[in-house]
Amino acid sequence: MNGGENMHELSLMESVVKQLRASAAENDIKKITRVLLVVGKMTMAVPDALQFAFEVLQKEDELLKGAVLEIREEPVRCECKDCGHLYEAPNYEFLCPSCSGPNVKIVGGRELYIDFYEGD
Amino acid sequence: MVKVRLATPVLQENNEVARENRECFRKHGIFVLNLMSSPGSGKTSALERTIGHLAGRLRMGVIEGDIYTTKDAERIETHGVPVVQINTAGSCHLDARMIRPALEDFDLDALDLLIVENVGNLVCPAEFDLGEDARAAVLSVTEGNDKPMKYPLVFRQSEAVLINKVDLLPYTDCDISQLEKDLKLINPELQLFQVSARLDEGFGPWIEWLQKKVQEKKAELGTTVMKITAADAAPGQGGAVPEESAAPGE
Repeated sequence: MNGGENMHELSLMESVVKQLRASAAENDIKKITRVLLVVGKMTMAVPDALQFAFEVLQKEDELLKGAVLEIREEPVRCECKDCGHLYEAPNYEFLCPSCSGPNVKIVGGRELYIDFYEGD
Repeated sequence: MVKVRLATPVLQENNEVARENRECFRKHGIFVLNLMSSPGSGKTSALERTIGHLAGRLRMGVIEGDIYTTKDAERIETHGVPVVQINTAGSCHLDARMIRPALEDFDLDALDLLIVENVGNLVCPAEFDLGEDARAAVLSVTEGNDKPMKYPLVFRQSEAVLINKVDLLPYTDCDISQLEKDLKLINPELQLFQVSARLDEGFGPWIEWLQKKVQEKKAELGTTVMKITAADAAPGQGGAVPEESAAPGE
């Protein structure tokens, strides 16, 4: 892919930083040390690019300087609405492998949220 | 040390604005389509053909997303439909917040269908809800068979895919039946339309599908598509649309 992908993660990471900033102000936290971000495999956010964007954004930032970003990836998980079969779909198999039905709902892999952060 | 649990979606802010946009579209009875594709798939050409076929049938508006230029908007303008350009100034996708000010430039009560042509990119636009009613993707046969599996999200979230440039099939290695199979695997509900924007072929079923979607929304809201008078019809279009046979291969 081209540079567009980085721009995309940068704008996502700007939202992350905005949420962190707002929450830190609310909780009277002056320094964030660790952030856990949950990223589903079926989001279009690439962990390496997120990590890079975070490094760019934290550089000149008193609140975030030195903070460690951890990313937990969540697999693509599906549930068949016809037979109830639950399965992981790393290659996007959205036809149920058990009953071959098309009535499959994505129940995991679309996550993109800050689980928690730590700070002082 | 303090640990703070957040668990709010990163895209929450965008999703909230998207919800407001959606409410605005409902109020004015407009069906909104978010059109996505990679650069060079023929998205603008397909849109131009769509405008031509819908002239005299639906009152249409277009939002053109582009990183820097106004080239696409200029093309759309020649078809006589209201068009608003959004330059994302470097950003590779449109988001809900960019849509809102653009809406002020339309007479919203005079529209049945608003098509938002997203920035050419199969990756990021898929993540950003704009408040649309449906998404459609354009995928050209020259891009190769592997695109659906490489960028599944955009196809999973679309209701329809225009498979463009089918006139070039003999000159490519694209296995169109495999391509369609992969698309259906990602999204069994997908409506597939084989078209050639260059030759203006195969658009009949797509136009029918679009009209059906607009009518369904109007019915849900208890309104109807207003009869278009000759004065409203796009200049140069004449409103006449040749009836078309089914898409090739379908």
